[in-house]
Amino acid sequence: MLTYTIRRLALFVPMAAGMVIVTFSLLLLVPGDPAAVLLGQEASPEDIARLRMALGLDDPWFARLGRYFAALLQGDMGRSIFQNQPVAGVIGERLGATVELALAALMVAIVLGFVLGIAAAMWQASWVDTACMLLAQLGVSMPVYWLGILLMLAFAVQLGWLPSIGRGEPLLAAAGMALAGNPGPLLKSLSHLVLPALALGVNSAAIISRLVRTSMIEVLGEDFVRTAYAKGLRRPRVIVRHALRNALLPVISVIGLRFGALLGGAVLTESIFGWPGLGQLTIAAISQRDIPLIQGIVLTYAMMFAVVNLLVDLSYALIDPRVRLG
Amino acid sequence: MAGEHQNGTLVLEVKDLDVRIEGGGGSFLVVRDMAFAVARGETLAIVGESGCGKSMTALTLLRLHPPAATVERGFVCVDGQDVLALPRAALEDIRGEGIGMIFQEPLTALNPVMTIGDQIAEALRRHRDIGRRAAARRAIELLDLVRMPDPDHRARLYPHQLSGGMRQRAMIAIALSCEPAVLVADEPTTALDVTIQAQILGLIRDLQQRLGTALVLITHDLGVVAEMADTVIVMYAGRRVEVAHVNDLFDRPLHPYTRALMTAAPHLEAADGAKSMLMEIKGAVPPPWDMPQGCPFAPRCGLTLDRCRVEEPPLVKKRDGHLAACWEVPDAA
Repeated sequence: MLTYTIRRLALFVPMAAGMVIVTFSLLLLVPGDPAAVLLGQEASPEDIARLRMALGLDDPWFARLGRYFAALLQGDMGRSIFQNQPVAGVIGERLGATVELALAALMVAIVLGFVLGIAAAMWQASWVDTACMLLAQLGVSMPVYWLGILLMLAFAVQLGWLPSIGRGEPLLAAAGMALAGNPGPLLKSLSHLVLPALALGVNSAAIISRLVRTSMIEVLGEDFVRTAYAKGLRRPRVIVRHALRNALLPVISVIGLRFGALLGGAVLTESIFGWPGLGQLTIAAISQRDIPLIQGIVLTYAMMFAVVNLLVDLSYALIDPRVRLG
Repeated sequence: MAGEHQNGTLVLEVKDLDVRIEGGGGSFLVVRDMAFAVARGETLAIVGESGCGKSMTALTLLRLHPPAATVERGFVCVDGQDVLALPRAALEDIRGEGIGMIFQEPLTALNPVMTIGDQIAEALRRHRDIGRRAAARRAIELLDLVRMPDPDHRARLYPHQLSGGMRQRAMIAIALSCEPAVLVADEPTTALDVTIQAQILGLIRDLQQRLGTALVLITHDLGVVAEMADTVIVMYAGRRVEVAHVNDLFDRPLHPYTRALMTAAPHLEAADGAKSMLMEIKGAVPPPWDMPQGCPFAPRCGLTLDRCRVEEPPLVKKRDGHLAACWEVPDAA
């Protein structure tokens, strides 16, 4: 397992470098001159040229790429053109909120997805199966913004149980306070988190549940499940220890991919629920052509995705000895 | 329900067993009128071609038959308990403890993501009141018992890291871990190399004698039958066509199907020293949805009488302790 982890980590370095290059070059290809945008429509060509010079936009691409790399290694993602602050700081302020939302949504997706999927597989072709898969169909078909608005209407407006917009204290900080004897902020943070996490997670839950069902049905027909029954094991143990563990393998890689979809979906969810995360920042940065900020955000998303995939690969190896032992 | 048998206590009794399969646009009896009894330390071999219902019979003994199959009629008694009537919890108690099973393909029959040590220990902990450590130690002892080389190390390996023969040894260790009264072995050597087959059969026989287990051996290989069995059931198209002690069967096979099987088995030399021809049985076992009228073997049989095509012959005593289902063979006086 250790060698596998090291091997997989070593692979991460060239991958990260590749992501930096791709992020950088994508923006070379995008039309629009940031200097012109920055100075507005009234600016003279001379002013634009001067600003291009000052921002280093006239240097050849490899010089700019080299500078970008060198700065990144020192944790410097450049300065946001419009906010006139370091990009790393701007992103840092928002990153926590988005990660919190995406992880909460992932939890919703995993818990709901597994419960529905396993139930459907265990009672295959019964009314339980039909009900679970009907729910899944509904979940897949429902767009995030529509479900988000429905949830908000029901639980925030009609019932008044949960707040409709905004975010409480960061969850980790609130948990710390709760440990110190002050549970108020934690409850508030959680109440703010429930609706956006549900809205964002339901879609993935539906996809995961269908996959878990298929995978479980396949594994339940395997010879080793019959062996487990032949040993006299009780049904719950056969389901969890023997069937589920083997059924997990195809599901885990999809969970990793869903995390990417959750980050994307978070852009919409954040707008609906006024969640101060990266999604809103992304929309602002793109509409302002704030190139250093866009680069920083894209790179941050890419890195998060890469880290999740790394975790997926590692958990794969943890579950399946054939992966780690070759 | 345990009764006395000629050489000891009966631990497995099957009577009037009919198994039906639903599917493929109809429902068909795949096992008909099956019956046998096995005493402690005794070996019963069930022999026949693929699709004759022998594996289905084996699975029914543990009530492990697939959901599409239903036991329509009959009685299976393991160590005094009626398996087919037991509630689920009691059934799970008897599986592994009263009756164990070895499967044909040890690679797929073992869980790929659990070490074999854990898979053996799991069976022990299910039926014996022992702790994790004691179970792990016992698992190593069991691997040693099935002559797994270097059992300490092998217990920590996963199925894909073992050879086919070693996997089957691990499977045997699982099946025998709780010393069941009955062991069902469904083609235990079919997936193995010929050289390994003899070792595994020798091991099963050794352990059976040491533990006094009753063995039900499912096979299509008459060589294995001759080597292992006390009593033999020859199955054809879901039903018994001949039942005899192993010596009687090989000395004087009565049913034309049994005789055809014997000429179809390869021999190095015939009795007179000349090389014998390898014969095949023409045709195939009729599928359950296309059973001919009369004797199911009639279309492939060389001795067909008119009666064979009309009326199915009953299984009756033809000689002492020797039953066959054939019109052509005269009944015992």
